[in-house]
Amino acid sequence: MATVRIPTPLRAFTGGADEVTIEGTTIDGVVAELGTAHPDLKARICDAEGKMRRFVNLYKNDEDVRALEGGNTAVSNDDVIAIVPAIAGGLQ
Amino acid sequence: MPNHQDRLAALRRSVEELMPDELQGMIEDEDDFALIDVREPEEIRQGALPGAIPLPRGYIDTDAKNLLPDTSRKVVAYCAGGVRSLYAAEQLQALGYSDVSSLAGGFGRWSDQGFEINEGTSFSAGTPASTELPAGVTSIGPEELAAKLDSGLQVVVLDVRDTDQVDAGRIAGSQHIARGFLELKIETAVPAKATELIVLDQDGSRSAAAAASLLAQDYSSVAVLSGGFAAWEAAGKAVDKPFVLSDADRARYARHLNIPEVGPEGQAKMLQSKVLLIGAGGLGCPTALYLAAAGIGTLGILDFDVVDESNLQRQVLHNIDSIGKPKVDSAAEALRKLNPAINIVTHNTRLDSTVVEDIFSGYDVVVDGTDNFPTRYLINDCCVKLGIPNVHGSVYRFDGQVTVFAPTLGGPCYRCLYPEPPPPELAPSCAEAGVLGVLPGIIGTLQAMETIKVVLGIGEPLVGKLLVYDGLKCSFEIKKLFKDPECDYCAAEEFPGFVDYEFFCSNPAVV
Repeated sequence: MATVRIPTPLRAFTGGADEVTIEGTTIDGVVAELGTAHPDLKARICDAEGKMRRFVNLYKNDEDVRALEGGNTAVSNDDVIAIVPAIAGGLQ
Repeated sequence: MPNHQDRLAALRRSVEELMPDELQGMIEDEDDFALIDVREPEEIRQGALPGAIPLPRGYIDTDAKNLLPDTSRKVVAYCAGGVRSLYAAEQLQALGYSDVSSLAGGFGRWSDQGFEINEGTSFSAGTPASTELPAGVTSIGPEELAAKLDSGLQVVVLDVRDTDQVDAGRIAGSQHIARGFLELKIETAVPAKATELIVLDQDGSRSAAAAASLLAQDYSSVAVLSGGFAAWEAAGKAVDKPFVLSDADRARYARHLNIPEVGPEGQAKMLQSKVLLIGAGGLGCPTALYLAAAGIGTLGILDFDVVDESNLQRQVLHNIDSIGKPKVDSAAEALRKLNPAINIVTHNTRLDSTVVEDIFSGYDVVVDGTDNFPTRYLINDCCVKLGIPNVHGSVYRFDGQVTVFAPTLGGPCYRCLYPEPPPPELAPSCAEAGVLGVLPGIIGTLQAMETIKVVLGIGEPLVGKLLVYDGLKCSFEIKKLFKDPECDYCAAEEFPGFVDYEFFCSNPAVV
């Protein structure tokens, strides 16, 4: 079970939880499972084809998964996946 | 190995130290003694003890005998804190003065205890007699030194002249440590004692004693420039004329001048730098306060909004009297009171593709303290186009982010992270947004720190790194940012043009 950190603007879709634990051995697997558990959250971070939206990034620990192997990046149980969306400011 | 601390410990044993009240008693009893101020000329100009004779440490070896002909007379030396005066006492003892003491705690403790301070005086040096080189010290001429520097050999040219002399011109690449501070500062400036040192003064009369003191502190290779800076200049060698800090600058920025990473050169860089702040809101206010206080010479502030009561919870430049006024005017007024010597430039306008390039041109750093995506992308794109580092901050409730987008320093740009802004329906809604007032204070001051690091070229700015702050957990995490080799902007050969994205909040008030 990897830990997925939920940023403040998206916590409405996880019932307020700031992190959730998700099964998965790759980033794609984790995102798919996240979609099963929290479908509205997945719609925020992925487009209709399941691709990551261009204003959201995923980090495995401290690295952008695009600098690793993208969706194929391996995920183990003690990894922390952070969702980091573009945020503009306080009173957008 | 004798270093500064060892020498100091030995001096404390061999030199009598007087407490301020003891010295005051001697003055009241009209004892016969000479009180000498061994601080730097610019320090003595600011104020001195009553009756003190100015004799900066660097001039003791050449001028003491003229000013104090009777070596059996009692001499009390003082400096700012009581360290340099111990070294001065050692110099005087070596010259044959038999009764030398030092004022413990120096000028600082004297004035803290409420004793009398007189107006400062200026020091003028006498004509020096020729001096012999001490054993172990060699001398080289201007031609030989120029050849050494051209050949790229590892030498440190140590300029021990007074600050105002150095300000008028120096050898490029030389390090300045005023003679009075030499023993105290040399080990920080040049830690390796085998380093080849070439010491220069103004005319060759004072460098020999400085060189001897360096040998006593275990530096193994010490030479002097014969004829000093005057000979260098007379030989037609290149002279660097640095930006000159005024006495007022030196007083205001004294705590910067003591930091090796800043110093007078760094402060001069800051005073000559131009920084543009986008937004005079929650982020821009604290950033502006600290950058103005630090002496960033030109501070541009761009905002189109007016001050509203709801801004005062976090926008610390504004106050109840500024409600309804343009934010740039309110900010400029507050900043001018803080630092009237810097240039504040206001841009009371909304940023769009028609004005962005004109406004940004000429600035060295842009600080993004905006609250909306259309402006954020314009800032990024223009900074990429003009090669300006972009110090980015954003805040949301308790969460903040800071990074420095600077493709010219090898990092990514904002579009490497987020190629496009979210559409209105997927951005956090206006109603759910909000920010705890302290948060932009924390993120804005971090932006100010990153800006100064970029301006000075020191430390490791957050280039290619995103600092993520969670206020509720008080956690600071650093993520490595991905530099997109196919980025449409920073990796493009041709600039793709500016985009005016749609504003989608009716009141996009600045953070």
